[in-house]
Amino acid sequence: MSFTLNVNGTTHAVEVDGDTPLLWVLRDVIGLTGTKFGCGIAMCGACTVHLDGMAVRACVTPVETVGTAAVTTIEAIGATDEGARVQKAWLDEEVVQCGYCQSGQIMSAAALLAVNPSPSDADIDAVMAGNICRCGTYPRIPAAIKQAATELASGEGR
Amino acid sequence: MSFLNRLIEVVVVSMATGTVVAGTILLGLGVGAADPTAPQAAVTRPLKSVAEFSSIAETGARSRALFTEAAKVITDPRCMNCHPANRTPTQGDDMHTHVPFIDAGASGIGERGVVCTSCHRSENTPLAGSRLRSIPGATPWLLAPASMSWQGLTLGGICRQLKDPARNGDRTMAEILQHLATDHLVGWAWHPGEGRRPAPGTQREFGALVAAWIDTGAECPE
Repeated sequence: MSFTLNVNGTTHAVEVDGDTPLLWVLRDVIGLTGTKFGCGIAMCGACTVHLDGMAVRACVTPVETVGTAAVTTIEAIGATDEGARVQKAWLDEEVVQCGYCQSGQIMSAAALLAVNPSPSDADIDAVMAGNICRCGTYPRIPAAIKQAATELASGEGR
Repeated sequence: MSFLNRLIEVVVVSMATGTVVAGTILLGLGVGAADPTAPQAAVTRPLKSVAEFSSIAETGARSRALFTEAAKVITDPRCMNCHPANRTPTQGDDMHTHVPFIDAGASGIGERGVVCTSCHRSENTPLAGSRLRSIPGATPWLLAPASMSWQGLTLGGICRQLKDPARNGDRTMAEILQHLATDHLVGWAWHPGEGRRPAPGTQREFGALVAAWIDTGAECPE
């Protein structure tokens, strides 16, 4: 079947089965490999992308359900205020170890800050609990989100 | 051929030829098939019919017995998992804490930034290559309000809560019946997707028990 997807502001016509996960369309058809496959069952968060700004797990999102929603991936999240500040904070805090989960972590963090610019520790825990990191970078993730939130509030950091 | 079928074919061919298809064999999904109007799978845990309670002469006792039978559904994990004692859903027949951890918040749909629909779609999503056979889904997919927490309550406690407008969403008993007997999300309990045991009986049988319970005075067990 043919689908027209709006990914990172660019229109892509893809020819895939309707039940193909968005993750595989992004990676194998469109060639955006920044979004990672982790568990395939929506439990690890590595495949997190945004649909109209809402964090979703691309591994369990059939492409036929995407419709005209704007898909944003890690490749373009830096174009948003929240994404740019999260990415900078990630570098400043040296959050990443192996890095495999980090595109999903950043996408979830950016989605959080977009709707909650000043998250509490509990807010961060509640949202980021769905993103698993085998390296155990957990202490640095909320620190970076706090930094990004502070810089968002002050207008610094871009 | 669907993505799921292609995936299965790749795995089967790979197994036959000894080819390793790293990663690919781990994932696949198709469009959910849980249509509440579709025929339900064979009922393995039946509910007693209303008629089977007619031998109980005393109306109050009959009412309590009817509720106790209906409560086989109410206390089933398919229902209780989204009526937790706090704002965190449970899952599975052992009702363990939802993985990943979720705080559904006052809205019942998750905290801002990660919501139920980040993973749960409008219908069940089959998965291949996982012991988790499907991700449940329905519209709307959300936790019951905090006032409707059931986990930790006795049958009597649940019963009294159902009748209490201050805790049941300001519903009349007729509206309670309508909700339990016809609501789409309640009906999901009998169409929970691959890998999940449906609630006992059928929604129609459950509704009949609830109706009979209300007709007999909606008495509550202790």
